[in-house]
Amino acid sequence: MSTPYAKLPAWADYVLIPLINLFVAFVVAGFVVILVGENPLRAAVVLVEGAFGRGQGIAFTLFYATTFIFSGLSVAVAAHCGLFNIGGEGQGYIAGLGIGIVCLAFDSVLPWWLTFPLAIIAAAAMGALWALIPAYLQAKRGSHIVITTIMFNFIAASVMVYALVGFLKPANSMAPQTRTFLDGAQLPKLNWVIELFGAKIRSAPFNISFLLALAMAFLVWVLIWRTRLGYEMRTYGHSSKAARYAGISETRIIIVAMMISGALAGMMALNPTMGDQHNVALEFVSGAGFVGIAVALMGRLHPVGIVLAAILFGMLYQGGAELAFEMPAISRDMIVIIQGLVILFAGALEHMFRPYVQALFASLSPRSVGMEAIKGKGA
Amino acid sequence: MAQAAIELIGINKSFGAVRANRDINLEIVRGTIHGIVGENGAGKSTLMSILYGFYQADSGEIRVGGQPASIKTPNDAIALGIGMVHQHFMLVDNFTVLENVILGAESDALLKKSIAKARSELERLEREYGLEVDPDAIIEELPVGLQQRVEILKALYRGAEILILDEPTGVLTPAEADHLFRILKQLKEQGKTIVLITHKLREIMAITDTVSVMRQGTMVATRETKKTTVEELAELMVGRRVLLRVEKGEAEAGGVKLAVKNLTVKDSRGVTMVDDISFDVRAGEIVGIAGVAGNGQSEMLEAISGIRRAVSGSVMLDGKPIDLTGAADPGELRDRGLAHVPEDRHHVGLVLAFEENENSILGYHDHPRYLRGPFLNIDAIRNDARDRIAKYDIRPADCRLKTANFSGGNQQKIVLAREMEQDPGVLIVGQPTRGVDVGAIEFIHKRLIAMRDQGKAVLVVSVELDEIRSLSDRILVMFAGRIVGERGPDATEGELGLLMAGVEQREAAE
Repeated sequence: MSTPYAKLPAWADYVLIPLINLFVAFVVAGFVVILVGENPLRAAVVLVEGAFGRGQGIAFTLFYATTFIFSGLSVAVAAHCGLFNIGGEGQGYIAGLGIGIVCLAFDSVLPWWLTFPLAIIAAAAMGALWALIPAYLQAKRGSHIVITTIMFNFIAASVMVYALVGFLKPANSMAPQTRTFLDGAQLPKLNWVIELFGAKIRSAPFNISFLLALAMAFLVWVLIWRTRLGYEMRTYGHSSKAARYAGISETRIIIVAMMISGALAGMMALNPTMGDQHNVALEFVSGAGFVGIAVALMGRLHPVGIVLAAILFGMLYQGGAELAFEMPAISRDMIVIIQGLVILFAGALEHMFRPYVQALFASLSPRSVGMEAIKGKGA
Repeated sequence: MAQAAIELIGINKSFGAVRANRDINLEIVRGTIHGIVGENGAGKSTLMSILYGFYQADSGEIRVGGQPASIKTPNDAIALGIGMVHQHFMLVDNFTVLENVILGAESDALLKKSIAKARSELERLEREYGLEVDPDAIIEELPVGLQQRVEILKALYRGAEILILDEPTGVLTPAEADHLFRILKQLKEQGKTIVLITHKLREIMAITDTVSVMRQGTMVATRETKKTTVEELAELMVGRRVLLRVEKGEAEAGGVKLAVKNLTVKDSRGVTMVDDISFDVRAGEIVGIAGVAGNGQSEMLEAISGIRRAVSGSVMLDGKPIDLTGAADPGELRDRGLAHVPEDRHHVGLVLAFEENENSILGYHDHPRYLRGPFLNIDAIRNDARDRIAKYDIRPADCRLKTANFSGGNQQKIVLAREMEQDPGVLIVGQPTRGVDVGAIEFIHKRLIAMRDQGKAVLVVSVELDEIRSLSDRILVMFAGRIVGERGPDATEGELGLLMAGVEQREAAE
């Protein structure tokens, strides 16, 4: 504990270290590409070009990013309160139920700009409700939130199967999904924004919920750093003892934080349903809730970082699809491996290179040397 | 024939800026019980951890049986015949006694041979030392005293010749403690060497042959137990360091501001830590609670401030009663004018990851002054923080700096500034100057006196006897969860030391 470390400047903390992590992830992924007999450099070029090379790719990248922003914010809000919500997948999935009901009921009578707010409320409410039960169990009974939220993912999946083969499905349809939403529940595309810059887009699902995601990112920033509630959440997240001392109710703060987290996870369902497929289908969340964990960790739990990390993962999704198309040796599964490596290095091994970077900075500027306090071992 | 089992020569150990052990020399004679006493934080546990291989000394030499020894891990210590019984047991709760004893000393994959061997070995140890324990009992079903016996058996099973016990009686009932002492004496008769770390002077007098006193990281004295007295040890322990006596006038005590009534508190294990205590603090006086750490002071503070639920008891704040057993809420007490500077500023009084200004509203973050609707009024918060930084000379003077980057003294000033500036009627302070540098100590003491002179009721709990004596208008001494005496500020150290050691209480009981 007496090794000198430099206190890193903010740019190194927030930019340099994530970039190093990303670079290492791509290097390791490159070896995997070599292993299947392809040229890793060409693969990288295809990946990046697929994601950003053409207007079409950019639109898809941002479409994927939209969902990841919501799920990343969801994880971050809970994490600031010291809670690990890995139930975003289920909270987002069950929100599809609320969206489905609202859209099926109103798409023939209301214009999209009236259906959309109703759907937002329904999605947020369902997501929040789905997070409420694990939150209550954690606050009152001490049942670990990681276990309960994961179990609720399974319950959500079963409920959605029940709903989609039952009352949500048109009577004479064989497919476990709702009927296609009418114009009153289809979100306007934003592809024209990209076309303003001269790109041509055939068709892409990039839609207005992206703006909602950005608005939520801003609101989460306000919530965490500018409101009393956010202050209480952060206090509890750092030290439950300090929160107790400050008169913050443990039960209340856990439940409120989890419900906000669940509401954000619920909103991620708007993008694939109303924005893209115009129906609610089985498995429409397809892992985005879990990607949110990596996005939040990589974004260092800060909304700006989360938006950037979400775009990176959007790139991996879109560029990865192109890569699988261009290089037959690289299958869809390979793409998942590469995404997994990014998650591993950027998320799970986030701090692997930190000591080296700190040692480097220490040797560069001895004045910034300080002691790294060991957690839970205050002098 | 005095042969040294262990010699420590010039041991130094620092943690950051804290020098936990300074140039320690110690010789422990084979076949004796050697006590090491000192207040919490005097460096006893650090020294023993160095001996047992948990820490490495920064400099110095360890000799075991006359031979220089390099102890890098506990395994090295065990190989040299040193065993340790920790204050907090290192047992696997759902294993049997036998399984725990062989843990880490298993010799075959299926454990059959190990267990058979351990069983016969345990039977021998039981016969020899009177250490009866059912080898097939599950640890969590055993009372604490027996669990401790298993720890001793573990050490002996590994061939320990030198046994270190760290605060062994802290968790024991008096009867269990007596039994432990009988076992220790038996071990001594069989030629084992025993090192007993404690802050309970009575135990030292009862069973040790030699006693060493530590204070603030240094070894201040070693005495033959027969030739010393509790009074002398108390004095050595507490020390006669430079008195930072603050100038203060006579107290002008007014009406009762804070009345604690019949407070009883148990800890998480169900041990009674505070045993039916009642006392008053009046306006314009400082009441100091003296006592050796671990005699219920912390639990009492936590209960009075609403952090910990009491088994029974209430406080009267300005004549209005608040029950401490139910949903006592620190926020409610705070609203009624009770400000609290907690003992543990790192985890309770501050959030170290916060900016300084964020900590300057902890607990008061719901005051209208700091809010604009649901939003924090950042300008008001930072302005107040800056004002207090100037007024309390907090350095560095940067309210945006992370709290973890302030020194201990400045962190304490952040907490004190926050609590004092609310203009509370009652201020309770735990360990006002723990880990605080000398300059800040004086400043903090002056502030506390100033609070008193403004007519506030101030309750100070401290393990620093000097501090209690120089600040208090009345001194209450806590021992074993009870208030065993009240003295004026002119009470001598020896007098208080005896009370703190529970001596008078024992005499009264006999």
